[in-house]
Amino acid sequence: MSSIYSEIILDYYRYPRNKGTLPHAQIHARDTNPLCGDVIEMQLEVDEKNTVKDVKFNGQGCAISQASASMLTELVKGKTVDNVRKISKEDVLSLIGGQLTAVRLKCALLSLKVLKTGVYNYIGSTDATKEELSGL
Amino acid sequence: MINGKPLAYLDSAATAQKPVEVIDELTRFYTEYNANVHRGVYKISEEATAAYEEARAKIARLINANSPTEIIFVRGTTEAINLVAQSWGRMNVGLGEGIILTEMEHHSNIVPWQLLAKQKGAHLKYVGLTDDGHLVHEDFRQHLELGGSKLVTMTHVSNVLGTINPVREYIREAHKQGCRVFVDAAQSVPHMPVDVQDMDCDFLAFSGHKMCGPTGIGVLYAKKAILEEMPPYHGGGEMIREVHLYESTWRDPPYRFEAGTTNIAGAIGLGKAIDYLSELGLRNIQLHDQELAEYMHDMLGKVRGVKIYGPANPRTKAGVISFNLGDVHAHDMASLLDEDGIAVRSGHHCAQPLMDRLGVSSTTRASVYIYNTEDEIDRLVESVERAGRVFKV
Ligand SMILES: Cc1ncc(COP(=O)(O)O)c(C=O)c1O
Repeated sequence: MSSIYSEIILDYYRYPRNKGTLPHAQIHARDTNPLCGDVIEMQLEVDEKNTVKDVKFNGQGCAISQASASMLTELVKGKTVDNVRKISKEDVLSLIGGQLTAVRLKCALLSLKVLKTGVYNYIGSTDATKEELSGL
Repeated sequence: MINGKPLAYLDSAATAQKPVEVIDELTRFYTEYNANVHRGVYKISEEATAAYEEARAKIARLINANSPTEIIFVRGTTEAINLVAQSWGRMNVGLGEGIILTEMEHHSNIVPWQLLAKQKGAHLKYVGLTDDGHLVHEDFRQHLELGGSKLVTMTHVSNVLGTINPVREYIREAHKQGCRVFVDAAQSVPHMPVDVQDMDCDFLAFSGHKMCGPTGIGVLYAKKAILEEMPPYHGGGEMIREVHLYESTWRDPPYRFEAGTTNIAGAIGLGKAIDYLSELGLRNIQLHDQELAEYMHDMLGKVRGVKIYGPANPRTKAGVISFNLGDVHAHDMASLLDEDGIAVRSGHHCAQPLMDRLGVSSTTRASVYIYNTEDEIDRLVESVERAGRVFKV
């Protein structure tokens, strides 16, 4: 069995890309994983065409939660908000690679949950989006 | 087999594996004499009742209670604590009075008292910890001497640090001030001889599943005179003497506290688990755990970057070791160990106040029991070393 702790994950954990804060972010959300105490905060700055100009994350926790958040920021930069909302679980998991147990899945998907929470607050949430978030 | 490797189960502080004798007894009960207890006049009901009451008697002998009537079947330690808080506590703890706890308690020995304190306007007072995970005796004395406290509630053995608390001494001091004492024995009864009369505790609780028994069954011990004064916790069948439309009278303990159909199979299974442990001998189990824990403490302590929490001398603690490696998060550590077939616990271990005191968000915890071997400890240590290489600690 191959380890989920690939060189890529460890590299993003040690040297996180896009870590920090954006004072003028229009999209902003934060959440924790009560089981592990992982914390992730996401901030996005969008232009008038609703394209993500800049994105930062902040947080603390295990390597999986922090590396996935950093990888996710790279994925959303330059995308329209509409395309950001289409990012799926599978997209994030394929960035991470490897097999995760159910508990660790929560670590891996925390950043996506935070990102989507922020986006839905920005564009308006519906019952469908609420359901999607509770499934993450 | 886990991930192609034999399982090394080092999480018995969470729950223990079950011997085939216990599993077989559960099957035998369900296939051969499954019936409700204390009700039927037919043969298998009598058989079930006898086995259920025999389990109670075994528990009484195990902890040297004065009588089986001092043994109440509950779901586990958590329910036992809630029972005492809501029955004894509501009757005996009043406005402005104190409940003394320690900073190393499991959430289950904190939250029920917080609920009671809110209901009654009582105060919680905490005994602090030294840096190496012992109780600060001076804090305890001060809380007692200030007066106004009705109850001391403390764990016998810490589920995080493995610290064995000097409960006997604390109980003696508490009694001098007229305080009752509740002992959370979830981590001690499975691992060492415990004698409630020698300890002189007023209440004591433990869980069957941590001592090779089934889940959903546990024990509350309390002194007879105290039980007799306590009102019921749950109302229902089996716990009543007479029921009228607007009022009922209660049976004597222990039945007063066993409303409805209880976990009969669980109790019988626990009785079998006690047979199993008694045959091995609790003293032998304690020595075995201690030897392994000492070995683990020494070997882990040699790994560069490992910090072990709690008492520095493994001889003063039980078979539970919490550690961290450099800045590797405990969940990453546990996942890496899992890749090597090693099951440990990571997180706050239901003891967030203790984590705050240690200044960490989580630790990795390895705990041992009767079936563990030195070989498994070697594998643990090797795997922790591998984690160090992966994370370049
Ligand atoms: C010290 C301590 N107290 C209480 C409990 C709660 O036991 P249960 O979950 O079986 O009710 C545990 C188990 O995790 C424990 O370790």
